[in-house]
Amino acid sequence: MSTQTIQKKTWYVNLLTSTLGRKFIMAGTGLFLVLFLAVHLIGNLQLLIPDEGKTFNEYAHFMGHNKFIQAISVGNFFFILLHIAYSFALTRYNISARPQQYAYAKTNNSSWTSRNMMILGTLVLIFIVVHLQAFWAKSKFGGLEPISYNGVEHHNLYLATKIAFAEWWIVLLYVVSMIALAFHLSHGVASAFQTLGLNHVKYTPLIKVFGYAFAIIVPFLFALIPVWMFIAQNM
Amino acid sequence: MKLTLKIWRQKNSQDKGKMVEYKLNDVSADMSFLEMLDVLNEELTLKGEDPVAFDHDCREGICGMCSLYINGKPHGPKQTTTCQLHMRSFNDGDTIYIEPWRAKAFPVVKDLAVDRGAFDRIIQAGGYISVNTGVTVDANEIPIAKEIADKAFDAATCIGCGACVAACKNASAMLFVSAKVSQFTLLPQGKAERKRRVEAMVEQMDEEGFGACTNTGACAAECPKEISLENIARLNREYLFAKLTSNNV
Repeated sequence: MSTQTIQKKTWYVNLLTSTLGRKFIMAGTGLFLVLFLAVHLIGNLQLLIPDEGKTFNEYAHFMGHNKFIQAISVGNFFFILLHIAYSFALTRYNISARPQQYAYAKTNNSSWTSRNMMILGTLVLIFIVVHLQAFWAKSKFGGLEPISYNGVEHHNLYLATKIAFAEWWIVLLYVVSMIALAFHLSHGVASAFQTLGLNHVKYTPLIKVFGYAFAIIVPFLFALIPVWMFIAQNM
Repeated sequence: MKLTLKIWRQKNSQDKGKMVEYKLNDVSADMSFLEMLDVLNEELTLKGEDPVAFDHDCREGICGMCSLYINGKPHGPKQTTTCQLHMRSFNDGDTIYIEPWRAKAFPVVKDLAVDRGAFDRIIQAGGYISVNTGVTVDANEIPIAKEIADKAFDAATCIGCGACVAACKNASAMLFVSAKVSQFTLLPQGKAERKRRVEAMVEQMDEEGFGACTNTGACAAECPKEISLENIARLNREYLFAKLTSNNV
């Protein structure tokens, strides 16, 4: 019986196209993006150092020129695209699993967030596009003022953020997007561990606390930066 | 009690079906939900109309045959099976919506009865242990830790009613499959076919067209046997481990 063939495709194709395999990819890429958020936040908080952006610009220069960081960044973009592509595919599949809806359905058996990760994720995706176009594209393809530190020419990314965050509607867009991210993370972080089967009577309660803490603290600090820079310039 | 019932009527699997309204004027609060439907069917039969088809068997809450999506919840407002739900859970003058389980993998046969054969095929794929015939083995010959035995027993209390599928926004069968995988994989008798079993059962689950799990927890919240989400984590873990380490290329 153990020799019986039960799958029609090669094992890794079978794994990666099964519902569970596709969920593993969602969870794995999601957790990588959680790490990315933490690193990105530490970088961004340097915008708040009161030295007219010297520390931040030097950090951005390092991130833009270090080969190791560049390699990670390619992986990061790939994982974001994978996370998005699989979420669309899975959502379509999940909708098709119930062709006929209930005439009357109650939803108090689960949280709104857990049922609407796709909506929250789409809001975050719109934000990512706007955010990349505003800062990443400029530092990559030109459009930033040059500034010189110790004879080395740097992009003045700090100036670009300062100009952007003088506008109230950009600040509002950032704050709203971070609220969507917070809700997305409040379900996503702990859920990723569950999907990967990492469940244990000792660690699961800690993972849940970590998930909520991460979902509150990280987006809050991200949102604090534009608000702080807006207040500093306009008040 | 006077009740207004809105019931899904569908002649057969090809029929489009629609919600039809019925009035009952003399319902006792002591009746079970299925007895209330029996009364309705009695009235319909006397009027020469087609009675409402619904699944039921033991009416003791242990067989998993009854279903019904009542007022927006599988098995109704209480976390129990429909046969153990009583009319005292409702109020005089209530309108009650009664629908079949909704899932691509559970096609409607007639009215409120759906074909849950997909669950049977998942069990046939691997929900068993192979035992060579011989003398009867003493029940306590293999030592099993109490807490492991308890966990396996809790998983084994799943009656396969399909409320998890009905409750899930993705019509996912993960809670059912995870309970069936867990009850075997936890015990020494089930370990022999551990990898083959989980691979085959998940393969069949996907083939049937059940959705993927998004960890909303609606299944466990509605399960009449209170099967825990811990089983789904175990299924995920077992499946990944089996896929990466089995000899099944």
